[in-house]
Amino acid sequence: MENKNYIYLDNASSTRIDDRVIEEMLPYIKDYYGNPSSVHQAGADAREGLENARIKVADLIGANPEEIYFTSCGTESNNFALTGITEANQNKGKHIITSVIEHLSILNPLKELQRKGFEVTTVPVDKEGFVNPDDIKAAIRPDTILISIMHANNEIGTIQKIREISKVAKESEIIMHSDGVATAGIIPSNVKELGVDAFSFSSQQMYGPKGAAALYIKKGTRIRPFILGGVQERGRRAGTENIPGIVGFGKACEIAKFEMEENAKKSIKLRDKLIKGIMDNIKEVTLNGSMESRLPGNVHVSFEYIEGESIVLFLNMQGITVATGSSCASQALKVSHVCTSIGLSHATAQGSILFSIGKYNTDEDIEKVIEVLPPIIDKLRKMSPLYKGLI
Amino acid sequence: MFQYNEKVMDHFANPRNVGEIADADGIGEVGNPVCGDMMTFYIKVKDNKIQDVKFKTFGCGAAIAVSSMVSEMAKGKTLDEAMQISNKDVAKELGGLPENKLHCSNLGADALHKAIENYRENHKENK
Repeated sequence: MENKNYIYLDNASSTRIDDRVIEEMLPYIKDYYGNPSSVHQAGADAREGLENARIKVADLIGANPEEIYFTSCGTESNNFALTGITEANQNKGKHIITSVIEHLSILNPLKELQRKGFEVTTVPVDKEGFVNPDDIKAAIRPDTILISIMHANNEIGTIQKIREISKVAKESEIIMHSDGVATAGIIPSNVKELGVDAFSFSSQQMYGPKGAAALYIKKGTRIRPFILGGVQERGRRAGTENIPGIVGFGKACEIAKFEMEENAKKSIKLRDKLIKGIMDNIKEVTLNGSMESRLPGNVHVSFEYIEGESIVLFLNMQGITVATGSSCASQALKVSHVCTSIGLSHATAQGSILFSIGKYNTDEDIEKVIEVLPPIIDKLRKMSPLYKGLI
Repeated sequence: MFQYNEKVMDHFANPRNVGEIADADGIGEVGNPVCGDMMTFYIKVKDNKIQDVKFKTFGCGAAIAVSSMVSEMAKGKTLDEAMQISNKDVAKELGGLPENKLHCSNLGADALHKAIENYRENHKENK
């Protein structure tokens, strides 16, 4: 395969794996191939990798190792949390509260739970993407058993007031889950400080490998097993563990713990440079989300009169990889629900682009984007029947 | 590399006949921003033939490539011939489109037909 040296600005989707993570994983691919459930030395070697990783993963979010359940991806962690917690607690009620802005791996399992007789209240967000804790409070019923609100939104980058929402949950003794896939390893995500009972997070968003993620379940929180089989993950998520992936995840967490703050500072600098560059050089463009409470690397903008997939394709021709919330670019052919939730019209939402900056991005990357983007926007606008400017 | 083939990418990156015709004989519009694609076709008719055609498109790579291809296919054809161009023909001429783009983005022929119908309407009234 050719050497890929694109300007990678889609770190919200996945990140480049850190070389130190690869080094850590290699022995677990080549040498320690045993099954961690086996009694012999090969099993013990694999088990050691697994349990060391669990310590590092737990440490990143301020949890105890026995509160960590390894899964295969963020989506699985979210499915595990929602189905496991609701099934185990349905004797107390069948009502769940969430928000309109959640990831599909929350919204779709909730639809399934509705079919099984659970009731879901979906609270709105304001135009910056914030869930109002008062709305959560107002939605609580005597039979509410679970609240699930994401720590930060993966598209528009708004970081929620999870502590406040957790407080509301705690006052009514409701289990609080948060989807932290966009935040763990990127900004401080201490489960004790956040006050959550369950927390999903993933390796591939923090410079670790794909195929490894975790669900934190606070000790004492009732949850049903998600995959049935052997006793792996204390019987709650059976199946042979992805040892190389989990070991890599552990290393990624360890690195993140020490370098997260520095990385965030750097990302914020590049983020603000890109925002300024776009605003200074392109007219009729809106920055979505919140400037006060925004993920360090998030630049989510909507260009009026044009459609996102076209922008993605033109940027890609210049070696720049970004994402869009346009319906044309989604397999479901639906415009991003996040964009419409914050009040963007369909036309505006179609022109939304997410530049997500990561620790490997440089000043030159951002300068290149600022250089090539305006002519692309101009070209597409001149082609658009919605654009009122003259040809 | 992409979901689009080389020919589609060529028409997307270098679309033919982009623009408007100020004194168009017929204008046809399809789609809306909700579904993500919108096309406006302008035609100039002489001796029952499409003498000139221009388009403006809001949409994805497929929508732009389709518009460009339709404009090329229509030019010089009689109105009846142009009415025979189907969305399927356009996709075929482009060497194929991804499955999920066949319905929502492949509307170029419809826009062209609307422009022709619009011309015929106008023409009827003038007489």
